[in-house]
Amino acid sequence: MTKPLASLDDLKIGTRAQIASIDWAALDEGDACRLRHFGFEEGVKVEPLHLGPFGKDPLAVRVGRMTVAIRRAHARAVRVVPIAA
Amino acid sequence: MKSAPLIAVVGNPNAGKSALFNSLTGARQKVGNYPGVTVERKGGKMLLPDGAPAELVDLPGAYSLDPTSPDEAVTRDVLLGKQVGERLPDALLIVVDASNLDNHLHFALQLIALGLPTIVALNMIDLARRDGLELDPARLAVDLGVPVIETVAVRKRGVDEIRAALATLVTAPRVLRPGPGPSHDGFTLQRRAREIALRAIIREAPARRFNHSLDSILLQPLIGPVILAVILFVMFQAVFTGSAIPADAIAAAVTAFGQWLAPLLPAGLIRSLLVDGIISGVGAVLVFLPQILILFLFILLLESTGYMVRAAFLMDRLMSRAGLSGRAFIPLLSSFACAVPGIMATRTIEDPKDRLTTILVAPLMTCSARLPVYALIIAAFIPRRDVLPGIGLQGLVLFGLYVVGVVGALLAALVLRRTVVKGGGGGFMMELPKYQWPRLADIAIGLWQRCVIFLKRAGTIILTTTVILWALSSYPLARANEKQSEVSIAGHIASGIEVVVAPIGFNHDISLALLPAMAAREVAVAAIATVYAIDKPDDARNAQTLAQQMRSRWSLATALAFLAWFVFAPQCISTIAVTRRETNGWKWPLFMVSYLFVLAYLAAGLTYWLAVAAGLG
Repeated sequence: MTKPLASLDDLKIGTRAQIASIDWAALDEGDACRLRHFGFEEGVKVEPLHLGPFGKDPLAVRVGRMTVAIRRAHARAVRVVPIAA
Repeated sequence: MKSAPLIAVVGNPNAGKSALFNSLTGARQKVGNYPGVTVERKGGKMLLPDGAPAELVDLPGAYSLDPTSPDEAVTRDVLLGKQVGERLPDALLIVVDASNLDNHLHFALQLIALGLPTIVALNMIDLARRDGLELDPARLAVDLGVPVIETVAVRKRGVDEIRAALATLVTAPRVLRPGPGPSHDGFTLQRRAREIALRAIIREAPARRFNHSLDSILLQPLIGPVILAVILFVMFQAVFTGSAIPADAIAAAVTAFGQWLAPLLPAGLIRSLLVDGIISGVGAVLVFLPQILILFLFILLLESTGYMVRAAFLMDRLMSRAGLSGRAFIPLLSSFACAVPGIMATRTIEDPKDRLTTILVAPLMTCSARLPVYALIIAAFIPRRDVLPGIGLQGLVLFGLYVVGVVGALLAALVLRRTVVKGGGGGFMMELPKYQWPRLADIAIGLWQRCVIFLKRAGTIILTTTVILWALSSYPLARANEKQSEVSIAGHIASGIEVVVAPIGFNHDISLALLPAMAAREVAVAAIATVYAIDKPDDARNAQTLAQQMRSRWSLATALAFLAWFVFAPQCISTIAVTRRETNGWKWPLFMVSYLFVLAYLAAGLTYWLAVAAGLG
């Protein structure tokens, strides 16, 4: 009944979105810890800003008021709902 | 008498902690190490407004008290009073980035809960305003329960207020604040941090316009890598061309000093030791101080502007192909200056296998100690002319040597990742800090520290090995029509080494330089200079430069093989020692030394054989 959510790495550059859920189990413990430290959490606003030049990896993502670089594989674990402009 | 109070400066990475630390302590700093771990301890003294001294320690930046790297573990252990070699701080100075409150307050809340006397520096308040953010520090102070002071560390704004507040903090009778409250899990704390941040924000405009537009250029998929390549190229050209005048001046001063001193001393042992041994040996290395400082200047600038992390971002994918992460870019780029801090900087890499691989290939980055060797050979054998306007052949060859080192490192990483360091493969997660104008004083302090380290090396390791080499090369004395460099003790040792290295084109002089160069690579230059100085009859001294003498004794093929050798050879005891410390044992340093020597031998051999085949022998 719920339609499948987009993941953070599907978002087009400059699309604002809100984190719906994070698949913590898909991440190893250290990576999960880092993501939490950066402020990744349900309800937080994110926006992909830039892509790495080779293979569009990693991603630079705005999370809260911070910009962080994460790999595509990690971004895949973050489910988001785009915010209508 | 009780000792000066210890104040820990603590906060998230990129909160401007070090700039505030520099503003408070000025040049009264001491960089050391925590015992047992290779985490740097930056300490300093400051005077409180009443003239009483206080000791400051700049703890490694962390996101929380749950460490994800050895650096963060030190921060936690110091704050809990569990770090060997550090007493429990008497007070905390928490530094938070005003424009990143929700994130930084998370750690700040954890720190405040420790119950130590605390003040919070609301730093980079000017950048927050530039971002359209207006804050209410009074409200923040009420919510946090500790004093909050606005600062702009890079402009020294608020620094006096911090000093005054610290004085009250350490002199006031210790009021026990409620200790660690009910322990919060990460999420609850994060939520509280966000609530407090929200309440402290009076007005907010969309964040970081300036950084975003700059990143749109510097991280642009096509332009970004080109800009990075240009920056690196300019850096290496500057190292070569910008240093010419000061280097010549130092060389002239060294020669003049030798010429002035020689007639004042009776001919014989002492004169030979001072003039041939120490002045020509140490002098030959001192000449390279300008180049090393220019290199460090670039690295410090790239780091302090925030560009270095962007470079890591651009390089991550390529490095991941070689089995490394973009995070390895910073240690590897630092290794261009020196592999020792480079290897120490690998502590920020969380994945143990990524880290080990980075350590093993770090010595392939052309460190500044190789510069004297490269510079000498290039100056002697590569003509000084422009290939294109403004692009000299010599600079181009130097750039090529750096490229060979980088490519070698990536290939080595690739092979290592598939053989001895299999498995794992961590991620790449980094904060992209705000762009900032570098502060002159911070750069100056950094350069000064490098300068002191280099001069200390010149005064200790290089001086000692030069003197030993002088003694070994001076005795026994050569009779007429014998060459001093051949009959001396050093000459005999070199003859032994020559048997092994002759196939790759190394002559007797080089064999002689290889052994002392184990102490430090740049000693190779000092060694060659000393040997030639001893070899030459007095009247011809100064008639020929070192480069001219080398041209008369070495073939171009030999010179090129020597360059190739130095790209790979693990000729540095400090690097081996730091690798042992970082990997907790002899296994990996021994492995590193062996594979690098094999590579060096093969590279020098191939270069020599190809050059001879091309008719350059």
